[in-house]
Amino acid sequence: MKAIETFNLTKNFGNLTAVDEVSLEVDQGEIFGLLGPNGAGKSTFISMLCTISNPTSGSAKIEGYDIKNEASDVRRSIGIVFQDPSIDDRLTGRENMELHADLYDVPRDVMHSRIDEVLHLVELEDRASSFVNTYSGGMRRRLEIARSLIHYPKVLFLDEPTLGLDPQSREHIWNYIRDLKRRENITIMLTTHYMEEADKLCDRIAIIDQSKIIALDTPQRLKDELGGETIIIETSDNDLLSSKLEEAKLVDNILKSEAELNLRVKNAHKSLARIVEFAVSIDVYIDNITIREPDLNDVFMHYTGREIREGGGSKELSGMAAVMRGRIK
Amino acid sequence: MITPVLWLVIFGGGLGLSLSATGGFNYTQFLLPGIIAQTLLFTAMFLGISVIWDRQFGFMKEILVAPIGRVSIFAGKMFGVGTAAIIQGLIVIILGFLIGVPLTLYSISLVIPLMIIITIGLTCIGLIIASIMTSLESFGTIVTFVNLPMFFLSGALFPVTNLPPWIQLIFYLNPLTYGVDALRTVMISGWHSIIPIQYDLLIICLFDVAMVAIGTYFFSKKQ
Repeated sequence: MKAIETFNLTKNFGNLTAVDEVSLEVDQGEIFGLLGPNGAGKSTFISMLCTISNPTSGSAKIEGYDIKNEASDVRRSIGIVFQDPSIDDRLTGRENMELHADLYDVPRDVMHSRIDEVLHLVELEDRASSFVNTYSGGMRRRLEIARSLIHYPKVLFLDEPTLGLDPQSREHIWNYIRDLKRRENITIMLTTHYMEEADKLCDRIAIIDQSKIIALDTPQRLKDELGGETIIIETSDNDLLSSKLEEAKLVDNILKSEAELNLRVKNAHKSLARIVEFAVSIDVYIDNITIREPDLNDVFMHYTGREIREGGGSKELSGMAAVMRGRIK
Repeated sequence: MITPVLWLVIFGGGLGLSLSATGGFNYTQFLLPGIIAQTLLFTAMFLGISVIWDRQFGFMKEILVAPIGRVSIFAGKMFGVGTAAIIQGLIVIILGFLIGVPLTLYSISLVIPLMIIITIGLTCIGLIIASIMTSLESFGTIVTFVNLPMFFLSGALFPVTNLPPWIQLIFYLNPLTYGVDALRTVMISGWHSIIPIQYDLLIICLFDVAMVAIGTYFFSKKQ
């Protein structure tokens, strides 16, 4: 049995399609990442799997339970950390935990030991009896992760688990997630728009852009597929250089961003000298030049022609994000 | 808590002086059940706002993904809000006692269950409005729009039976009228009720059942 299966899952908000016929399978014990810019439809996808919002068409199964007809079984099998905080900050950390345990029918006799266990996991034992409104952003996030584990879910959904956190808290949370997978053999689906996060944590990644999955594989294979290396170059006249390079067929692929050109070549060390010579010959001055192995950002650029950090890209998409937020609340 | 004090002490005391006591009770005595009903109404309606708060702070999502029915969520909200309203009502009773309204333990023991059944329906109105409204501002506006007519057209401030028949009709369409009437029946000896108290109770209970049904429907649908 697969932990998560979706069949042409689709969600429309009026004329906007937030999720467009997404079909995928996630194995048990896998960390599966949904990578894409803000507004790509990641949160909407997850909220359908969590039975908060109904799909327009298509279907999905979590641990074999249908999200529409067996919503209650689905809910019992999953834990969720939402993108926006969903903790009652007028209660203490422990009170939030107890409320959650009650909602999920955790037996009273094991409730307290489990709460201690998950609080220990996220290192919040000392602060458990303080009100949540005295917590920092990173602590709240850790508390939410702890909360989502009290009822021993089989599948854990993490929607942008490290959004807005400092690098240290982010590293912390990554460690918890890895630990969880190792110790509990829990299936984890996380959304993120941080490439580094997807790369380091996930066994497999689906790249989502404009409501569709455009690539799905392990991070390594996605990068390998691109082949070659990237030369990043900043010059006095990027446009001229790129058009001339294209004519001369010196590089495999060129992607332009604001201030630099990303040149894809088979072997950067060999091509570098020729590209520099070529630039000098057409009177283009080079300000900066670097070589790097392809990362997931290159994968994203390869499939979409845009950088992931440019965000949704169009006004329509950010409008859609606003609509989605309104619906899910 | 200031509002009922103003109504009871200032309004009731002031107006009471220019009215002659009839039927063996004074105006403050007459007013107290009305102000209890008003307190239940205002508190129950206003606290529907907690649904909007929960939604805005994200806490509602945690509740909505839990493996519990929408009906239990609605019931939980109803009991929470209802409890707060009844505590407020009890404070008004104590206030009435302090300003010298004659009350017996027996009448108070009847008033409490009566307050509970009155509150159930009112709580649902607040929660229904909150399920439909998305912002705090629009909730406030609509609640005031419903609250004040319900209060003024309930006979809380003056007897209904002396009014021209066509106005009486409006009062009789207001469920709170029967709540106020029932409270007066148990709190004021010598009160001539509009209709016998068992009919008051019947109407209030029917109203409760209808509101709980409509409330559950809206709540399941809208969240």
